Amino acid sequence: MSSTKYTEYDAYAADEAAEGRVFDVNGQDWDKVVAGAEDGSDERLVVNMGPQHPSTHGVLRLVLTLDGETVNDCRVGIGYLHTGIEKNMEFRTWTQGVTFCTRMDYLAPLFNETAYCLGVEKLLGITDRIPERAQIIRVMMMELNRISSHLVAIATFGLELGATTVMLNGFIEREYTLDLFEEIAGLRMNMAYVRPGGVAQDLPSGALGKVREYLDRMPKRIAALRKLMDENPVFLARTRDVAYLDLTGCMALGVTGPVLRATGIPWDLRKSQPYCGYETYDFDVPTQESADVYGRYLVRMAEMEESLKIVEQCAERLRTVDGPVMIEDKKIGWPAKLAIGADGMGNSPRHIAHIMGTSMEALIHHFKLVTEGFRVPAGQAYAAIESPRGELGVHVVSDGGTRPYRVHFRDPSFTNLQAAPAMAEGGMIADVIAAVASIDPVMGGVDR
Amino acid sequence: MTSQNPEQRAEQAADRLPARDPEDRREQPVARTGMFGAKTTGDTSGYGRLVIRQRPKTASERPFGGPDGAAEPGPFDAVADALERALPDFGAAVERVVVDRGELTFHVRREHLVEVARTMRDRPDLRFELCSGVSGVHYPEDAGAELHAVYHLLSITHNRRVRLEVSCPDADPRIPSVVAVYPTNNWHERETYDFFGIVFDGHPALTRIEMPDDWVGHPQRKDYPLGGIPVEYRGAEIPPPDERRSYL
Repeated sequence: MSSTKYTEYDAYAADEAAEGRVFDVNGQDWDKVVAGAEDGSDERLVVNMGPQHPSTHGVLRLVLTLDGETVNDCRVGIGYLHTGIEKNMEFRTWTQGVTFCTRMDYLAPLFNETAYCLGVEKLLGITDRIPERAQIIRVMMMELNRISSHLVAIATFGLELGATTVMLNGFIEREYTLDLFEEIAGLRMNMAYVRPGGVAQDLPSGALGKVREYLDRMPKRIAALRKLMDENPVFLARTRDVAYLDLTGCMALGVTGPVLRATGIPWDLRKSQPYCGYETYDFDVPTQESADVYGRYLVRMAEMEESLKIVEQCAERLRTVDGPVMIEDKKIGWPAKLAIGADGMGNSPRHIAHIMGTSMEALIHHFKLVTEGFRVPAGQAYAAIESPRGELGVHVVSDGGTRPYRVHFRDPSFTNLQAAPAMAEGGMIADVIAAVASIDPVMGGVDR
Repeated sequence: MTSQNPEQRAEQAADRLPARDPEDRREQPVARTGMFGAKTTGDTSGYGRLVIRQRPKTASERPFGGPDGAAEPGPFDAVADALERALPDFGAAVERVVVDRGELTFHVRREHLVEVARTMRDRPDLRFELCSGVSGVHYPEDAGAELHAVYHLLSITHNRRVRLEVSCPDADPRIPSVVAVYPTNNWHERETYDFFGIVFDGHPALTRIEMPDDWVGHPQRKDYPLGGIPVEYRGAEIPPPDERRSYL
């Protein structure tokens, strides 16, 4: 095996490659560093930003070579949050995989789940048999998730540029969105709510009322956020014409999502390659021409407003469209209906009574499907959806068994983050923060 | 029930008992044996002697149709025609074409990969501007082509997707890099190298990206164990996931 190729070495030994003097910054010692760097013997200053820098959205490491305040070279180091989700999924059933992949991009869990489920459904050949109500719920949850994700993007963005008010306002609104998730799926994050074949459970009674309240409240709150940011001179100075990346750059670097739409091209998979019935909803794809940080901010704001329109249409439809939320195929659909008991969510007592008391076959079927899972015909499929950050693609490979043979996620954060040097090099060091924030990378998705 | 897509249909035909052509079937390499993953005496079901052979490699015939699976010539034929016109040695470059589940796959020989990718990107009637990265797959049973690199291309101009699949033997895990054509693949190829050990020749800086620099081995390969320790839950000891009873 390939292990012979590597020779062991001590990562903590003295680094022979280090040139020049090295300063360790541990806090409270900035004066010492500045005094040491000031004597001017080194023209080049290499600054290691992260992986624990608060403005790096988690554990992103940037190695910047500075000439004064100008960034000459920017290198991006990732991998600090690698959790082996793709490998782990190969050891669980197809349904259990949802529980893993929802944890990748932790700000957009419903997108991870839906992308994966669309891939599995494509392999199973059941894409057209997903019940309509399940599709509407998926769309509604995804659009709510898009709002909560964009809110975090804008909130942390404000914080990184020094505006605590934006951060507080953004996170408050996100909290209301997470309350809706909790109401509907039972969890605020990582819900494993979307499953191959449909969704885990129907909306609880009263959920649509809560969605209605949310829809009444949210437009005003987005308007308030806009009032805070859109014309704010400090915000404009920090974002306008900063971190420019045009369409050619986006195409070469594979950048999608709001960054791409801020170059003026209305590329949105919801419109161009619809899934889950997006072609039946009425919404616009917001674009900007400026290709800078401010344009990306405006695109995100407008997308939240469009998402509210979609959620409104979903809520309207859910009042009239009834029916199952899981595929009617007994060999795929989860055999239980969940119910809330004294100790939380679990199998419904009626179902337990049925399998334990009256039907041996139902018990066997339940046991087989839950422990063994369903088989997926061998082959491969690629499914892509428009996540808040761009094209979230999933390449699923089956060998005909009850577990994924290989699942690979093309996470938009991972791909878009490659554009950070293109945006930051040649600019000021302060703009690096704005550039990275405008990409809105989530390291859980980058490293998986 | 007969499936609509040819690869699946071929597989179903191969699985139907008694086998239509037992000799052919026996020539396929063994994909796995047994059923529950139990290698010891624990399995009394009789399924332990089950032999599952690898499905035959299929190639689709024209017309390729389109994403909707129609039988008449469609967008997939347009892509294949355009590529055939643009590539003088199409026959040598493209090993086989597979249409499955509404997706078009070109199995490309590795020495022609960069040429095919550049043609795919530059020709006005193809114009696959965006590459959605490369995904590695390890098929230990596929002798001589154990490691696969799968590229998903997207054309915004024509609103189409196509897949390129390249394979290389484990003994010589080299595939030319397409970073010069699709710079976005820089990180994707590093990731595939990191996880599968596929060396992308011509990559500007092929280093590990997710695992630490001094990591030994390539974790996504099938011969790399998942690892884990047994845990106690309510008095019972639960073995790590890759040692649990499994239903393959």
